[in-house]
This record gives sequence, structure tokens and C-alpha cells, in this order.
Amino acid sequence: MTQRVGIEVSRSIAIAVKLANVDVVSAYPITPQTHIVEDISELVANGELDASYIPVESEHSAMSACLGASAVGARTFTATAGQGLELMHEVLYVASFMRLPIVMAVADRALSAPISIWGDHSDVMAVRDTGWIQIFAANGQETFDNVLCAFRIAEDRRVLLPVMIHLDGFQLTHVIEPIYILESSEVDKFLPPHEYPLPLDPDRPITMGGLAPPNIYTETKKAQQVNLTAAKEVILQAWKEFGDIFGRYYSPVESYRCEGAKVILLAMGSFSETAMSAVDSMREEGKEVGLIKLCLWRPFPFAELRQAVKDADTLLVLDRALSFGGPGGPVASEIRSALYGLDKRPKVIGFVGGLGGRVISPSGFREIINRGIEISQAGSEQEFEMFGVRE
Amino acid sequence: MIDTAGLVEIRWHGRGGQGAVTSAELLAQAAINENKYAQAFPAFGAERRGAPVVAFVRIDSNKPIWVRAEIDEPDIVVVLDPGLLRVVDVASGLKSNGILVINTPKEAREVREEFSLNCALATVDATKIARELLGVPIVNTSMIGALLKAREVTKLESLLEPLRHRFGRLADRNISAMQKAYKETTVGGQES
Repeated sequence: MTQRVGIEVSRSIAIAVKLANVDVVSAYPITPQTHIVEDISELVANGELDASYIPVESEHSAMSACLGASAVGARTFTATAGQGLELMHEVLYVASFMRLPIVMAVADRALSAPISIWGDHSDVMAVRDTGWIQIFAANGQETFDNVLCAFRIAEDRRVLLPVMIHLDGFQLTHVIEPIYILESSEVDKFLPPHEYPLPLDPDRPITMGGLAPPNIYTETKKAQQVNLTAAKEVILQAWKEFGDIFGRYYSPVESYRCEGAKVILLAMGSFSETAMSAVDSMREEGKEVGLIKLCLWRPFPFAELRQAVKDADTLLVLDRALSFGGPGGPVASEIRSALYGLDKRPKVIGFVGGLGGRVISPSGFREIINRGIEISQAGSEQEFEMFGVRE
Repeated sequence: MIDTAGLVEIRWHGRGGQGAVTSAELLAQAAINENKYAQAFPAFGAERRGAPVVAFVRIDSNKPIWVRAEIDEPDIVVVLDPGLLRVVDVASGLKSNGILVINTPKEAREVREEFSLNCALATVDATKIARELLGVPIVNTSMIGALLKAREVTKLESLLEPLRHRFGRLADRNISAMQKAYKETTVGGQES
């Protein structure tokens, strides 16, 4: 029976991985790690999870080991964060092109230097174009549920792509909160056994990810683009079926109190919940503001986003990463680009904040929304504003 | 008096190794077992044994907790190490109807005068209780008892399961320490 448990979000992910009955976990177990792989190593050592746990000497090796495991058809999981994700960088592209359905939990963190172990989305944005499906969770329950959904989506024959589940470092990974933990018999109803269609096999040798000269490389990239874009339908189906079975529904773009809202704030991850409380208090004052949570980052949900903002005059976007010397936050630039071709579109105003573990409180979100309204009326000479920075 | 039916925010001050973070976790688990919403987390940073540490708990009987920021204006502050009173402004931001729960061998009146505190105070000699019942001066479970005597944010019984789960063969002794501290804690009002 499903139990409501007070548990650290990282530890609940280890349970989800156990419930998914993974075959191989490979990880670098030292900072910046979380309890996710620490608990998994215990579950394997205790015999509670029948899987191979491969500790390695770096995240580059962790992802490389995952490639091999996934290529022979093993259900494969890993977790990392911050610098670790950056060290994996080149191998991430290999996983997606070779159609290896690896699932990875990323405890999103800032990047050094200066040294920061705290949370933001700098690490995520640096791996934006690696060809992985990327889903953002806003709380512990969403993380737990989406780790299970990730295996289902990744391993679907129409997809066969790796999936990252993003959860905010510290603000989610280190927090104890109530999470409904499913039973394995329930999970089995949703997640079928993994059958990889073309596994590496010594008796039937194949080459994966071989040389692509100029006469074929472009076609391989087109195929990858078509594949990742088409994965959205499968993601929607998986979320729908998860909701039908367990009663919790997910969608690429979630709107909160956007009815009649002329001003909408868009956020990702756990900060979107904090922003919801700011929206509540502003609504009580009669201000027509709403919030959008962007949950699916790749493939980017163009249609859902356009639908969600169609009646708004102003769209404020909070980025927790900075594109130095560029147009500000990477999310805001993508959103501007997604809306640019429309005849009627909201004015997009970018804010960058919440960097390196700096928290934005509900009153901080009120300030952001009020400042955004001011800029939309008076204009601004800047491409974007950094919120809460001391100058 | 605080309204324990709404949102209650609790801040724990201890030193690395005293179990402040564990106390916060156990309390949140007890509240969640009572079907409430709760959240516990440490102040994020590099943990070092002996250095001042802070942990936070939010409990809400009615609705999910959306705020994940550290607690600046607590309803309750729990101090595991009396020495911290000289180092850290533990009462910082304490709500006017809040209470400070301190591990100290001194009378509340003495502590109040020594540190010029005018908030409501609850005191207990948790170090003595922990030494007696656990054999070590680790006061985290005793201070949960003291907190619950000061303000019943969860039922004392709700802690039994989380303590058993966490401490295994040491659970009974920790439960005794919590219960003894609950009995021995003196709860006072605000200075008039």
C-alpha cells in the first residue's frame, strides 16, 4: 500500500530507483554527491536491490560506465550535480545519440569559481543541448514520481533517449518532507520490464556511435532532432497514464491562477512553489497576476507555452543561471524566441536571481513581479535585471 | 500563545555533532505521521564538528508548505548548547509571542538576566539528563521533549516511531531522555 512518509527527497529517489528495479548504477560517490547514490549503494550492499553498483573515479567515468551498461540492455541509473555534471559533459552527447535510455537525477547546483556547492541552474543550462529529455521537479513528490516516469519514457521504443530529472540542490535534495512512496506491485503496473531492442551482444556484433563523415553527420543530427521532438507525445502519454493510475497528473507547462492574469511569472523547479505563495497574496490584493511552472525543458513545449501565455500582456521569466555577455538568462531567451513569431505575444522581461543558493522569499517574488510591471510600463535600457544583487 | 493549528516555524541552534539536524528531522517526521505537512532541513553549508549549526522545521496542519527559505522569524527557537548564547543571537527574529527553549542548568531568571532576554523562556538541564540516561552529552532527543513541553507542536507519542526507526537499539534510552526532559522542563511566560 502507498505510504505517506516523512523522508529526505534524495533518499526517496533511491527508493524510486529500487522500485524501478534497476540493473546497473554507476556513480562517483564524492562531493558534489547526495544521499541518492549513497542510499542506493547501501540497498545494493544489503541485498535489497539486485543490481550492480559501479563506483568510479570521476563523473566522466560514471557516465561512460552507464553507456556500456545501457548498451547491453541493462536498466541504468546515475546521479550527479554541479561540477560533476560538467565533467560528464562530452559523454552526455554520446548517450543521447546512441539512443541509450539512461536515467539520471541531477541535484542542480552552481558552478565554480568561486567555489559554490549551493543550488542554481548553471549546471543544467550548460548541458541544455546534449540531446537528453529534461524534466524539472518542483517538490519531493514530483521528483519521486518523475524518476519512475523517466524510466518509462526513456525505454519506450518510440523514444530510447536518456532522461535527466532535475531537482534543486539543497532546496529539494536535503529537505525532509511528506512523500507518497509507492509499493513495488503498483510500480510494476506502470513500468514494464526493460527490453532494449538492439543490445550489444558478442554473438551479434554491431557498431554504435561509429564514424560519421560529412556525407552523413547532418542526417544523423536531423534524426536526433526528429526523435527528441517526437518524444513529447510519449512523455504526455506516460504522465497521463501515471495520473490515471496514481492520481497525480503532470504536464509540460503548469499554470497557477493564470485566469484573467495580465502579468504572468514563469519559474522552474522548487522556486516556483515559493512564487505561488506570492501570487496568492497579490491575488488577494486584487492584482491580476499568475504563475507558470515550466516542467518540461527538453523537448521544449512550444505549443503548451504559447497556449498558456496567450492572454497575458507581460511575461516575467526568472532564470537561475546567467549567459554572460549575452541576453541574460537562457530560459528567458528561449521563451522570447518561442513567442517571437506570434502576432499577439506578451512582452517578455527577464530576471536573473537565486544564484549559488541565494533564496528568493515570497516577498522577493512580489518585488520581482512589481518591478516587472514597472518595466513593462516604463521600459528599461537593460536586456534583463539581476534580482537582489548588492551593488 | 502561538496558534499550533496554522504554520509553526522552529529554528534549532546547536553545534556540529550534537544532533540539531537529527532533532529537526525527527520532529518533522512525527508531524508528517500525524498527517500534517512538515519540512525539515539544515542551514546549507560545510558541516564541521563543534561549529555552530542551525536547522529548521516548518509544520502546517492545513496546507502544503511552499516556502523553502531559511526561517528568519521563528515561533520557537531551541538551543542545544548553552554556550551558544554567548556566540549567536539565538533569539534573532523570534516572534513577539514566540518562545526560546534552552538547555541550561541555570534557572530561567538567571539566563534572562545574563543575556537580557525578554521573550518567553523554557529551560531544562538536558545535558544532565543525556549524561544520566545516554552516558553522553548528546541532547537532541532530550530537547525534543523540552520543545514539546513548551509548545505541543506534535504529540509526544508521535515521536516514538521516528525515534525507534532512527536509533534502533539506542531508541529506548533516547525515548526515556525525551520523556524525562518533557517532565523536567520549566515553561515560563514573557517578562512582565
